[in-house]
Amino acid sequence: MVNDLLSAYLPLAIFIGVAVVIGLALLISPFLIAYQQPDPEKLSAYECGFNAFDDARMTFDVRYYLVALLFIIFDLEVAFLFPWAVTFGALGWFGFWSMMIFLGVLTIGFIYEWKKGALEWD
Amino acid sequence: MSDMLLAFILTAIKSVVLLVVLLICVAFILLADRKIWAAVQLRRGPNVVGPFGLLQSFADLLKFVFKEPIIPSGASKGIFLLAPLVTCILALAAWAVIPVQAGWAIANINVGILYIFAISSLGVYGVIMAGWASNSKYPFLAALRCAAQMVSYEVSIGFVIITVLMCAGSLNLTAIVEAQDTKFGLFGWYWLPLFPMFVVFFVSALAETNRPPFDLMEAESELVAGFMVEYSSTPYMMFMLGEYVAVVTMCALTSILFLGGWLSPLPFAPFTWLPGVFWFVLKICLVFFMFAMVKAMVPRYRYDQLMRLGWKVFLPISLFMVVAVAAVLQFFGLAPMGV
Repeated sequence: MVNDLLSAYLPLAIFIGVAVVIGLALLISPFLIAYQQPDPEKLSAYECGFNAFDDARMTFDVRYYLVALLFIIFDLEVAFLFPWAVTFGALGWFGFWSMMIFLGVLTIGFIYEWKKGALEWD
Repeated sequence: MSDMLLAFILTAIKSVVLLVVLLICVAFILLADRKIWAAVQLRRGPNVVGPFGLLQSFADLLKFVFKEPIIPSGASKGIFLLAPLVTCILALAAWAVIPVQAGWAIANINVGILYIFAISSLGVYGVIMAGWASNSKYPFLAALRCAAQMVSYEVSIGFVIITVLMCAGSLNLTAIVEAQDTKFGLFGWYWLPLFPMFVVFFVSALAETNRPPFDLMEAESELVAGFMVEYSSTPYMMFMLGEYVAVVTMCALTSILFLGGWLSPLPFAPFTWLPGVFWFVLKICLVFFMFAMVKAMVPRYRYDQLMRLGWKVFLPISLFMVVAVAAVLQFFGLAPMGV
């Protein structure tokens, strides 16, 4: 059992390992071979020619948080649907209706968000 | 023990070959993108390096490697350098499970599509890390926009994948392709019965990979170059590389889910003699041609329009289609029994 799992997923680990090696080689090569002559102006942040007034990590619009929250709800829903979709044929009518009720509840939530204006960007 | 070692070395060699071939293909895809864009605008495109400019991408690689790498003094150095690495590795990692022909996958795991979904979700970390670590205003704003955009369209991609899974009855990419192998040839593939989902998937793939008309994170007129403003040399190139590899992955995924993967479009003699990998590459090129034409022809979206399209159009459509497909399969008893 453990061996089966290993033989299925070991190639995956090897492949990612090779990808890491290629990525690191690309990342490091210019630091080794390229001509470098840093100076303060060159290393300053890009800001249309003048120095930055303050730290760039500022506050931002609350709607980005809303998108993140909505994303969590719907992505979890998708993750929940995956096993259902694969065994769909074997589950029969019981599986079909229980998922329809679940989707219905979520759709009510979605309509509520829409009416509340959580999806508005202007 | 020596068997294990042999298998290990064999897989490593296969991985290297696949990655090298993939990167060379991406080099030519990048050139094709520029050439198609140029042709639409009645220009010649890159045509100096090599015949017809075929070696342009390789010349670009050399140029990037010899450029001075700059790390801004205000940046968080570790995260700043980690971001392009993460983007590049995640983009490449998806190819471990993609079958280029029957049985030709590095890791033919039985949750292949779930793996790709997970890996492509992680892609947003590269963007956020780059935007945050740069400690500069334009990259920060662009990273926020880009993250919200990628996250929004991922939801509809998820629902599209669900409808395909219901028809195929498996999470394994090879099994999904084999489920489309009918005597009707290209009319048996899922693009026809699931046509609305095919369109939703294609447009969401454009948005997910930040391709025009959804390239708001690098809207030159307002954000200079998006979250990679502060990057130079190969760290910058790795973002570009990651982006194009992600585009090719999306093309490959479109081919597998909707266009029958490595299957021949006409299921009889002279066409089935050709190896499956030929058809697979042909389909990827076809889908990429559509990507390139959209880039050349469609003007850029505004951000509110983009979010409206994602949340108010694609999400309801794909949610409805999940219900509709489930109902049709259930009422007519067409669902694969599977497992």
